[in-house]
Amino acid sequence: MKYELVAGFETHVELATNTKIFCSCTTQFGGEPNTHCCPICIGLPGTLPKLNKRVVEFAIRAGLATNCEIAEISKMDRKNYCYPDLPKAYQISQYDKPLCEHGYIELSNGRKIRILRIHIEEDAGKLVHSRGSTMVDYNRGGVPLIEIVSEPDIRSAEEAREYVEKLQPIMRYIGVSDCKMQEGSMRCDVNISVRPAGSEKLGTRTEIKNMNSITFITKAMEYEFGRQVDLIESGEQVVQETLRYDDATNTTSSMRGKEDANDYRYFRDPDLVTISVPRSKVEEIAASLPELPAQKLARYTEELGLPEKDAQLLIKYRKVAEYFERAMEGTKNPKTAANFIIGQIFRTVENEAEKEAFDIRVSAESLNELIRLIDSGKIRMNIAKSTLDKMLETGQKPSELLSDSDMAGLSAEALKELCQQAVAANPKAAADYRSGKEKAIKALVGFVMKNSRGQADAALAEQTLSAMIMEN
Amino acid sequence: MSESVISKLHTMLSSKQLSCQELTETYLSAAGRDNAALNAYVTLTPEAALASAAAVDKKIAAGESIGLLEGIPMTLKDNISTENIRTTCCSKILEDYVPIYDATVWKILKAQNAVLLGKTNMDEFAMGSSCETSYFGGAKNPHNINHVAGGSSGGVASAVGGRIAAYGLGSDTGGSIRQPAAFCGIVGLKPTYGAVSRYGLIAYASSFDQIGPITATVEDAAIVYDAISAYDAMDSTSQGRKGAPVCDSLKKDIRGMKIGIADEYLDGVREDVRKAVEQAAEVYRSLGAEIVRFRLPALQYALPVYYILACAEASSNLGRYDGIRYGYKADNYTDVNDMIKKTRSSGFGDEVKKRILLGTYVLSSGYYDAYYKKAQNLRGTIVKAFRKAFESCDVILAPTVPMTAFENGKAASDPIETYLTDICTVPVNICGLPAVSVPCGFGNDGLPIGMQLIGGSFCESTILNAAWQYEQAADQYRPAGFGVTL
Repeated sequence: MKYELVAGFETHVELATNTKIFCSCTTQFGGEPNTHCCPICIGLPGTLPKLNKRVVEFAIRAGLATNCEIAEISKMDRKNYCYPDLPKAYQISQYDKPLCEHGYIELSNGRKIRILRIHIEEDAGKLVHSRGSTMVDYNRGGVPLIEIVSEPDIRSAEEAREYVEKLQPIMRYIGVSDCKMQEGSMRCDVNISVRPAGSEKLGTRTEIKNMNSITFITKAMEYEFGRQVDLIESGEQVVQETLRYDDATNTTSSMRGKEDANDYRYFRDPDLVTISVPRSKVEEIAASLPELPAQKLARYTEELGLPEKDAQLLIKYRKVAEYFERAMEGTKNPKTAANFIIGQIFRTVENEAEKEAFDIRVSAESLNELIRLIDSGKIRMNIAKSTLDKMLETGQKPSELLSDSDMAGLSAEALKELCQQAVAANPKAAADYRSGKEKAIKALVGFVMKNSRGQADAALAEQTLSAMIMEN
Repeated sequence: MSESVISKLHTMLSSKQLSCQELTETYLSAAGRDNAALNAYVTLTPEAALASAAAVDKKIAAGESIGLLEGIPMTLKDNISTENIRTTCCSKILEDYVPIYDATVWKILKAQNAVLLGKTNMDEFAMGSSCETSYFGGAKNPHNINHVAGGSSGGVASAVGGRIAAYGLGSDTGGSIRQPAAFCGIVGLKPTYGAVSRYGLIAYASSFDQIGPITATVEDAAIVYDAISAYDAMDSTSQGRKGAPVCDSLKKDIRGMKIGIADEYLDGVREDVRKAVEQAAEVYRSLGAEIVRFRLPALQYALPVYYILACAEASSNLGRYDGIRYGYKADNYTDVNDMIKKTRSSGFGDEVKKRILLGTYVLSSGYYDAYYKKAQNLRGTIVKAFRKAFESCDVILAPTVPMTAFENGKAASDPIETYLTDICTVPVNICGLPAVSVPCGFGNDGLPIGMQLIGGSFCESTILNAAWQYEQAADQYRPAGFGVTL
């Protein structure tokens, strides 16, 4: 029998507000343990939370960017559970009135992954195990999070990858999070079940907790899919449980059994007042949103005529897209800027983090200047490429690297003269060409290119040479 | 006639009849002497008190004028956080807990050079009506130490009634300011929810808790209320006082004021208490007020609504006492869960455990709808009933407690009966309304009887005005056996 994978995501995204959700402590990552803390975020008796308005705004941004409806009235609830990293023994979260609901993310295959809800909540602290003892660091406690809950609309590990890869740039574009999975500012819980292909009924699901890498997510999903199919095929049943993924062995294992299933005893947090979101505020936030990745992609492919693959590479990071747009401004063909960035500049940025920061030595304005020189026929593409390499090395502008003669191009006379020299210096090649060996002309073109220091147009040189040999 | 203790002491200080140091020493030595009988204080803070007194004396010596509360010796219930002074909630689990920050109310009073004599006794985590669930044993009634001071703010009431503090701040979740004030023959004001910041008040039931003054007279309550009723950005539910200081309108004429009496408040009330309240109504009639009788059937839901919702919130609020960050930690545990289990099992007293269990139960899946949700809905019903009542009257007059102070030990032996005695006090906490308890005579047992005046939201000025007028017209008596006689 064929089986179908069914998955839904709960994605926690740490918001990039300066201060925590219920106090004014910094949200900065790192720091000596328990130094980004105050009586409120360590839950000292008698302290009260005060909701950071920026958190609500950021969540609304995230909601609007994922096509959600924004609630007019919302509230905070307590999720009660006991764990040492949770200093109040409850997490302040949202239960039945989340800020955002009913959104979606559209995949490249046209399928929409529906977003059930986005709610705001506080992060917990962190347990640090060392030398046989366990310590708690509350620096992260109270850092604002949004939890983006999708419907079980994902049908393959590949769709899961795309869903996460689409979410990440959206959150970065709208400035609500850096979504660094390795630092934990974006983490996914994956709910996964299988069912016979074609069936409408959902199977029993398991939940793989705290995935912090896209590669691990797809690997874990593939493993878990196989495990569940094996169970069903051998007549056993999938047990609803919470799993952890071990990347060393590429397996999942149970975190806690059903007997420990938590009853969170949700109820409204009496310490916090109703959140009311005026429609005018939502409109104001909507108006302040930048062009989103999906909109950019459409514009780059449809209006600028870029191949989709190239457009994808450019839109992934907001700074890259902005750089591209500045570099191509007023130039003849946007593809030139795109090719320089993807072909040459990307080689100088080592990893995703550097791409995200996109702090490179060549300013978009310098690249723009270089492209304009090509457009106006002052330099040839090969000169431009080598000049860009120098620019990347030195940070200098094209005008600082190119001499007037470099930019003068090659006159028709000079080209003719070089071609004559080439024929004179390579009589055998000329003779071979005349007798029908077409490839023989390459050597002659090479001579012209070399002796013109690249200024010659190879195609034009070949044309001139061919005419010259055939005439004689 | 009763005279404001705060005003009297203020006059003595500013006219240099006695220094603040002398005054403070007098109170400290009386507290040291009488606490053996009253058990009102669980922590005395003589050094800090004398340091504050010295600052006040310096100001007076320099010819500066001092504020009304400046230099006045007072006390705080031991669930109000005080930096560097242990704050125990009278629980073993917080026996050695020393806060690193001040509650907003204490911040306000400290800035006015209030002289904190010490922290006072209470039922553990404010859960109880006798002060006897305190880990340190109950506070005693200054009128008769064989009886309780009441609860949960029993220590404050015992100290103020026994004159070993000029005034104090308590907290009222289901009657914890008014009931002990009534038992001890003094005044207790439970302000409108949101009028006084809760920041730093160790929570019992967050949507009910409210800090308020326990004082010798109505005027004292008005002075303290005006000082502490400020909006506080640290408490999202805070609104502060609305309108002018209540002291401005305290002594207004009350002719034409409509005083409502609901029959349900008098049902099942002890005969001598009922009589005292009826007599108070007569006093009001003689002052030109109009007595309006009406029915308030929604009161029948008040007790279950209160116990379900307050315990639910408490079960969550008290989850943080796990022995990890502060407070008591059990010895001999196998792992972290075992440690938490043992810490909570031996750190909390029976009453607290009972309420945590009850609260956890009513919030559990499968029971939430039948209990918590239903109680929330009924809370709305009671709120509406009171709103309607205030369409026909300005204040509601009711007994504070259906009886006088229990004998020591009685509450523990009859817990359900004790819960029932909260019937008159819990409705205002359910609705967030203000109410003040004022002494209105003595029962057949010679113990004080209290009556309460309940007002609409943020109508503290109306109820205190009514209370002040009654106080002036009625006979007053306070026992002389304890404390400072001025």
